[in-house]
Amino acid sequence: MGEILQLLVYGLVTGGIYALGAIGVSLVFAILRFAHFAHGDLMTVGAYLALFGITTLGLPLMPAFALGALLTALLTVAVDRLLYRRLRRNGAVVLLVSSFGVALILRSLVQLVWGPENLVYGTAIVPPWRLGELRIRPVHLAILVTGVVLVTALHLFLTRSRIGKAMRAMADDPDLARIAGIPTERVVVWTWLLAGGLAATAGMFLALDTRLNPLLGWNVLLPVFAAALVGGIGNVHGAVVGGLVLGVASELSTAVLPAVYKPAVAFAAIVAVLVWRPRGLLGGR
Amino acid sequence: MELVGLASFLVFFLTLAGIYALVTLGLNVQWGFAGQFDIGIAGFWAVGAYTTAILTTPPSPFHLGGFGMPFTVGAAAATLLAALVALAVGRICVDLRTDYLAIATIGIGEILRLVLKNEEWLTNGVRGIAGIPRPFADLGRTGQALAFLALVLAAIATVHALLERARRAPWGRVQRAIRDDETAVLAVGRDVRRFRLESFVLGAAVMGFAGAVHAHFVGFISPEAFDPLYTTFLVWVMLVVGGSGNNLGAILGAFAVWAIWSLAQFVTAWLPLEWAARAGALRVLLVGVLLQAVLLWRPQGLLPERPPPPVVRDERESR
Repeated sequence: MGEILQLLVYGLVTGGIYALGAIGVSLVFAILRFAHFAHGDLMTVGAYLALFGITTLGLPLMPAFALGALLTALLTVAVDRLLYRRLRRNGAVVLLVSSFGVALILRSLVQLVWGPENLVYGTAIVPPWRLGELRIRPVHLAILVTGVVLVTALHLFLTRSRIGKAMRAMADDPDLARIAGIPTERVVVWTWLLAGGLAATAGMFLALDTRLNPLLGWNVLLPVFAAALVGGIGNVHGAVVGGLVLGVASELSTAVLPAVYKPAVAFAAIVAVLVWRPRGLLGGR
Repeated sequence: MELVGLASFLVFFLTLAGIYALVTLGLNVQWGFAGQFDIGIAGFWAVGAYTTAILTTPPSPFHLGGFGMPFTVGAAAATLLAALVALAVGRICVDLRTDYLAIATIGIGEILRLVLKNEEWLTNGVRGIAGIPRPFADLGRTGQALAFLALVLAAIATVHALLERARRAPWGRVQRAIRDDETAVLAVGRDVRRFRLESFVLGAAVMGFAGAVHAHFVGFISPEAFDPLYTTFLVWVMLVVGGSGNNLGAILGAFAVWAIWSLAQFVTAWLPLEWAARAGALRVLLVGVLLQAVLLWRPQGLLPERPPPPVVRDERESR
């Protein structure tokens, strides 16, 4: 029982990270209507930019993370202005191909600048807190708390702010939104800012929990997509639920499956959702 | 001596580019004809490579088999098994929307890779399978290389002829129609699901065959011998550069991109030592930029798709 509970904690942390990635995938899908294949590699870039802040600029962890998220958000907008915006009229499949290319470009840039080795942020190793049989690492608690704060902030942004409402309108019906005078290009920019920033945060958390590696983000792209699909693609709240479900499911799977087959859980989740509930648990498009 | 070296490099280059041309032809069926976004290419390629490796190597205690069968049996079985895997996978995924299929194929590729890496009884795990026999070995070094190149070129010609026939046939028309307007095809009463499954399986079979040819060319296969994602990516760029939907374009794209990829290898070989380890990344970056440039400025590729002229019933006899 204690072991299951422990796996549950790990699952929530992993799930929180998946959720932050999946929100971005879902937002982009809702507004721009394509599956953004470079999302995993945006996570990688974010994690490495934070490393740049720590090692080169000598910043403490938190400001370095904020810098990483900001730079990644700006980079994401730049990629959109440079490539995606010009390709948008050619249809969603061209964007799919292009984003696959962007994924590889980002990854090779990371490899060129930082090399292929594993790196760490060099934070002090803090012994885990003990709660009965349960061990909780402070890092994990920090990840969960920040995750909750970010998701709440995003929820408020989407429901209260003007641009957030415009985003939802555009997700519901882009033509109607354009007719109603919503500045669609501005909405697109905001979408990429949010998606990029959240992806970077997910990447930095993942790197904090494990190690930095050029494949960091690509390796979780499948569960991130799975989380977005499970929650109902295009549905932000669904992405959070999907992320948590997937994180917990893949950690719990290690109790019965060899750990090397963890990614298979994500695939099974995708197949199950697509076969039985194509619109996801909470309903998407 | 220089000339001999150059000639043997040329043969080597053409053989590898030719193998990639085969894979690209396979992807052209899935993407060019039918609009299916497959990034599990390396998975089908690996199924083919491992199938023939297990069937044709001499018995070994380290993996299943080997069964010491001839190359032809290995290649045929590789094609068949890749098709069967695609059939099993396709039954679940093939009627998904483009983006969903794309996501599902990442999963397929990933799981195949995990199985090949971790099921040691089957594949000898990360140590891979060595000693895959090379056909025409009794012709001597030069003769073998030339005969193998001839084999690859003949395979390209055959696969191209078959796919070109499929493209011009009513079957190809239906595939393009599904790609361009699925609802319309449904409305005229075609079994869209079945057509999609057929093109997915056909494409995967060609990829499996190419994987088998590659295994016999290199003589060794392991999960780490090539980066599956780079292979997949390279094949995608080849098709987009050559011209999706055009079989000749697929072949041309494969040779052109492989030439760039190989040239980049020469250039990066001159880099200082501390950069040499990162040369691979530089090449991927280059090819990635090439892809974006083509998408932006020549989305139809070097040889654009030319759909065969529509058939008017009365004219059919006179053709």
